[in-house]
Amino acid sequence: MLSENFKTNYKKITEKAENAQSSLLALLHEIQRENRHIGEEDLNGLSELTGLPYARIKTVLTFYNMYNAKKTGKYHLQVCRNLSCHMAGAPNLLKRLKEKLKIKENEISDDGLFSYSEVECLGACGTAPVVSVNETYHENMDTLKLDKLIEELKAIQGQRSKGTK
Amino acid sequence: MKILLEKEAFDIETYVKNGGYAALKKVFNLKPENVIDEVKRSNLRGRGGAGFPTGMKWSFIPKSGPKKYLVCNSDESEPGTFKDREIIHKNPHSLLEGMIIAGYAIGAAKGYIYIRGEFAREARILEKVIAEARNRKYLGKNILSSGFDFEITVVRGAGAYICGEETALLESIEGKKGQPRLKPPFPALVGLYGSPTVINNVETLAAVPYIIVKGGDAYAKLGAGKSAGTKLFSVSGPVRKPGVYEIEMGLPFKKFLEEQLGGMKDGEKLKAVIMGGSSVPVLTAEEALKTNLDYESLAEAGTMLGSGGMIIIPERQCMAEALWVLARFYHHESCGQCAPCREGSGWIEKILRRVLEGGGSEKDLDDAREIAENMMGKTICPLADALAMPTISFLKKFRSEFVKHLEGNCELCRK
Repeated sequence: MLSENFKTNYKKITEKAENAQSSLLALLHEIQRENRHIGEEDLNGLSELTGLPYARIKTVLTFYNMYNAKKTGKYHLQVCRNLSCHMAGAPNLLKRLKEKLKIKENEISDDGLFSYSEVECLGACGTAPVVSVNETYHENMDTLKLDKLIEELKAIQGQRSKGTK
Repeated sequence: MKILLEKEAFDIETYVKNGGYAALKKVFNLKPENVIDEVKRSNLRGRGGAGFPTGMKWSFIPKSGPKKYLVCNSDESEPGTFKDREIIHKNPHSLLEGMIIAGYAIGAAKGYIYIRGEFAREARILEKVIAEARNRKYLGKNILSSGFDFEITVVRGAGAYICGEETALLESIEGKKGQPRLKPPFPALVGLYGSPTVINNVETLAAVPYIIVKGGDAYAKLGAGKSAGTKLFSVSGPVRKPGVYEIEMGLPFKKFLEEQLGGMKDGEKLKAVIMGGSSVPVLTAEEALKTNLDYESLAEAGTMLGSGGMIIIPERQCMAEALWVLARFYHHESCGQCAPCREGSGWIEKILRRVLEGGGSEKDLDDAREIAENMMGKTICPLADALAMPTISFLKKFRSEFVKHLEGNCELCRK
């Protein structure tokens, strides 16, 4: 379901657009930013809001790699698998993630915190291998740094849940 | 000699202190056609990969007609390429100034920067510097009391290599899936929202202020003959100092490797070089060490300058595996419109995987080459060629490494 907050932002995103379709990529980014994925209900809601046919929205959603039609973990890790990262040890990073998180690609860890996927070139090959967490790049990675990153993300989450109690 | 990365300027104060926006002030005293002439004189060529003369591209835009667009291609998705990101990090206002000048030259009131979706941080940097320029009246209505209006909007992609192809990029700005358009008509006549449009790469546009301030002739004198000016090379792979380098064109690769990149890392030996992004034919170490870094020398060596995305491949990397990694990428990124690309990229990927896993035959290698040859020039856009070129060159120059897999004794993959 599209949130009230989204409907407010919708106005801002679309006010200067050339036509109803122009803002579609930005709107999908916004839904994903809020919910970490874009569900069927969102597509129907967006179709109603924009006046665009459902099928046209779905075709855009499925064309682009960044949109997640399925739920992801709170932290979605993307490991670049292209040549420069491959030569710099990306396969070891993927292996490590699988072992450490005990999940396969695109599954969600039991605590709901993590998921990961292999992606193509992220455009930061000079600091390979690269892992992005949600929208933040982590460069010059290795398995030790990856372990540390995961522990840090867990710690952040731990503090947050303490705060809400 | 450096132009693009000579001085870092993260904000507008520093950029102006470094002499920034002087070109913009100068340009309003010139007629738009004189600006185009100046850029023609500079011999600046498109830095995204195709190397098309920039001034000529601008001159294709009709003088009449109500609406024109300038689009900056910041999709930067060609594996090995990360140079535009460096300009956005270190000298973002040079891009904006170049865009405003280009907009004035072609008579566009609206500019778009299309940036790949993964570059979220870079998109935020661009939003920040656009706001700075607007505050100083370098963007908006009646810029510097010249009567010229210009606005820039940042549009984020959402993960699709194909959107670096200029007509796919236009489709994506329009909010559609990024499938390339048939040409003609070319974007200069029918571009964004059906209006005349110029699409230039970040690096191309960022070079424009220098050309206006110092003159086209001064820029044309830099570099090597028809390859004028400076070029960014983004270097990855096991050299001591990978990163982004701005060099004058014509520099010998050997000198570049030894003096600027610090040579290979300890224990690594050079085997091959991809000079201009993953799409260009691969060079052996021997070929690479003999060539210079400019359009003509690289063409003579049988490859291309492309985007300047240089991937250094060491002895330890199996070339059959490297080609499979690239084939997997192109198959994944094929937009699916044209059968030779959609099917061909899948077939090549499958064949190479079979070869790697030990189930391949000599015929597989010939088939892969033949499929690649049949993909070349047979599709709407060059994505098919972009896989065909590495496929043909890897198989030709490093066939023995593929054969080792057929025999089941590749020492490099066993490690």
